[in-house]
Amino acid sequence: MYRYDEYDQRLVDERVAQFRDQTQRHLAGKLTADEFRPLRLRNGLYIQRFAPMLRISIPYGLLSTRQVCKLAHIARTYDKGYGHFTTRQNIQFNWPALERVPDILAELASVQMHAIQTSGNCIRNITADHLAGVARDELVDPRPYCELTRQWATFHPEFSWLPRKFKIAFSATANDRAATMIHDIGVYIVRNAQGELGYSIHVGGGLGRTPILAYQIREFLPEADLFSYLEAVLRVYNRLGRRDNIHKARIKILVKDVGQVKFTELVEAEWAQLRGDPRLTLRREDLERMKAHFTPHAYDAGAARDTSFAKALAGDSAFAAFVKRNVKDHRVPGHKIVWVSLKAPGVAPGDCTAGQMDALAELMERHSFGEIRVAHDQNLVLADVPQKDVYAVWQRLRELGLATPNIGLLTDLICCPGLDFCSLANAGSIGVAQDIMDRFGDLDYLYDVGDIKIKMSGCMNGCGHHSVGHIGILGVDKHGEEWYQVTLGGSSEEDASLGDRTGPSFDRERIVDAVDTIIKVYLEQRAGVDETFLQTYRRVGMKPFKERLYPEKTAQREAVEA
Amino acid sequence: MGNIIRNRQIVADDWTALPDEAPLPSSGRIVVSLKRWREVRDAAKTGDASIGVRIPNTEDVIALWPEISDRPLIAVEFPAFGDGRAFSQAALLRTRLGFKGEIRAVGDVMRDQIYYMDRCGIDAIVPRADQDLQVCLTAFKDFAVPYQTAADGQPPVWARRRAG
Ligand code: SF4
Repeated sequence: MYRYDEYDQRLVDERVAQFRDQTQRHLAGKLTADEFRPLRLRNGLYIQRFAPMLRISIPYGLLSTRQVCKLAHIARTYDKGYGHFTTRQNIQFNWPALERVPDILAELASVQMHAIQTSGNCIRNITADHLAGVARDELVDPRPYCELTRQWATFHPEFSWLPRKFKIAFSATANDRAATMIHDIGVYIVRNAQGELGYSIHVGGGLGRTPILAYQIREFLPEADLFSYLEAVLRVYNRLGRRDNIHKARIKILVKDVGQVKFTELVEAEWAQLRGDPRLTLRREDLERMKAHFTPHAYDAGAARDTSFAKALAGDSAFAAFVKRNVKDHRVPGHKIVWVSLKAPGVAPGDCTAGQMDALAELMERHSFGEIRVAHDQNLVLADVPQKDVYAVWQRLRELGLATPNIGLLTDLICCPGLDFCSLANAGSIGVAQDIMDRFGDLDYLYDVGDIKIKMSGCMNGCGHHSVGHIGILGVDKHGEEWYQVTLGGSSEEDASLGDRTGPSFDRERIVDAVDTIIKVYLEQRAGVDETFLQTYRRVGMKPFKERLYPEKTAQREAVEA
Repeated sequence: MGNIIRNRQIVADDWTALPDEAPLPSSGRIVVSLKRWREVRDAAKTGDASIGVRIPNTEDVIALWPEISDRPLIAVEFPAFGDGRAFSQAALLRTRLGFKGEIRAVGDVMRDQIYYMDRCGIDAIVPRADQDLQVCLTAFKDFAVPYQTAADGQPPVWARRRAG
C-alpha cells in the first residue's frame, strides 16, 4: 500500500499545526463560530447533536495494521470505545472533545493518516472498489490513480472553496463496486479499441435531495490527461456552480441547469486549453513510481495445495454458511477474500469497537499481509487470506461477533447514523435497522431471499444511499413524527438506477411490516430462485408491490373502477 | 493609508479604492469598479491617474480580457469567506492570460485563505480590517511543498520526487 515519503509526512504534520492554531484561535474568540466552521469541516469535524463528530479519511478504504491499532487507540482514548465505518470508506468518531481534536489529528499523522477534506466544500476522499488489486475482473489496479488524484486534490489552491462538496470515485472493473455513477466525477478505467489505457469520465452524479446519475462526458480520455481533464471540470464548476442555495450547489444541478450538451462543451473548451500542459500531464515515470506502492503481495505459490479448507467446509456447516456468503475467490489460487460483517444483530451497521479493531489488527497482520479494506457497504474485507487460514480467521471473527454470514443479504443493510447522532436527521435509522435485523433473523429465510440491498438514510441528504437501494428507506418528518418513505429498484452498480417511490410513507410502527410485505411479494412473484429481487422488480414493476402495500387504496380504486 | 500585504510583506497601500459615487481624481493610483471603469475609460477622463479595476467574481476573465489587459492592477473579490470563484479568476489571469500586473484580493479576506490565494497568483492581499497582518504573514508558511502545480510555479512534490 501507499507509504508516505518525507513530503507527505510533512504535509500532514503541517496540517495538524495549522488546525491546532485554528482551534486555538477559535477557543480564544478570534475566529467566530461561523468562520471556524468551514475550517473545522475540512478537517472532518462536525458539531453534531450531542457532541462533535470527527470523520477520518481512509483513502480508497485501505488500512494497515498500525493504522487499525491507532484507530482502536483513538476510540478508547478520545471516544466511547468504538468507531463507525461510513459509506464513503471513512471512519467516524462520535464523541471527541473539540479541544482534543488537534491531538487526535497528531496521533493520526503518526501513522500516515489524516482527516483532510473529509467534509466541507472541497474535493473529498477518493473512493474505489474495495476489491482493488485482488478482483478477478479488474483491468488494472485503480489505487495508484486514486492516490495520485488524492495528492492532486489535497489543498488544491483553486478548488478548495467550491460551491459544494465534490466526490470522485474510480472503478476498473465490469462489475462496479464503487458506486461510481453517484459521484460528482466517476472515472472508469478502460481500454479503447486500439488497446490503449484511459478513462471513461462521468460527471454530475449525486444523491441527496435531487438524486441524479452521472452522465458520460467523455467516452475515452487518454491515461496521461487525467489531471488536465479534472482541472477543466473543476474549473467550470468552481466558476459557474450556484452558491446562492446550498441545495442547488452540487455540480449535478449545474449540469441540469445548463444541460449536458452545453456543459460538455464548456469542459471540452477549457480542456482544449489545458490539454498537453506538461505540468498537468501524467508522466509514465510518475505513474510507475506510484504503481510500485501497490505491487502484489508475496503470495505463497503452493497455497492451493492445501486440503484443510475443503475438509473444514465439508465438516462444519456453520463454517460452510460463512464461506457461502462471506468468502470469495481470490485472483491468486489458494487465497480467499474474507468479509468481516459489521452487520451483527444488535449493533448499529458499520460500528466497530476498539477491542474488535485490536483483534482485527492481529488477524490482518497474521493472515492478510497486514492490510484490511473498508467496503462502501460498511463492512470490512480481509482481501488476501491463504485458504488454509480461513477456518482459523472465521473462528476468531465468530468470537468477536464479526462473522455474521450475511454479506449481500437483507440484513447486510446500509444505514446512516440518523437521529441518534446526526443533527440533520428527520428520523431514526439505526432503530429501524435493528428491527429489520430482528425480524429477519432466520438465516434460511435470508438465503432464500438472496441478494438484496436495503439502504437507509435519516434525511434527504442521503448519506445512507437510499435512492440507490434495491429497497430504499428515507426518514421524513411528519408533524414531528418519524415516518419512512420507501423506494424500490435502485442500484449503484454498473446497472445504476434510482429507486421509484412506492407511495405514501409508513410510520415507525409499520415500516418493518412494509419491508416484510415487499419481500413476500418478491418471493411470490419471482420467476425462479435465481431471479434476484432487483431482476424481479425490473420485470414486474411497482404494481404488485403497491397493491399489497396499500390494500385500502387498491380496494377503493377497484370499487371505483367496478 | 492602511497597510496591506504585497509580495508576502506588509507595506503601506499606495492605491485608493474609489467608491462609485466619488469624483475621479486626475492623478494618483486608484481602484475603481468594473462598472465605473467602463464609464470613464473611453472619455479620456482619467487624466494622469493610474487606474486599477475591481471585477465581480462572476465575470469570465477571458471574455473580459480585452477590457482589462492593460490595467496595472486587477482586484478580485471575495464577497464571502467561502466563495472561491476568484481563485479561478486569478489562476486564469496569471496562467492563461499572462497578466503581469498586480492581482489583489479584496473583500471578506482572512488569514486562512491566504495560502491558497498566494498559490493562485494573487500577489496583493487586503485582509479584512479585523485581521492581524503579522498573523496573516504566517499563512504563507502553512505548507512548505505543494502537491500540485499552480499559478505560483512552485515545483510540486512529484517533480521533486522525480529529481530524487
Ligand atoms: S442522511 Fe441525513 S440523517 Fe443520515 S447522516 Fe446524512 S445528514 Fe444525517
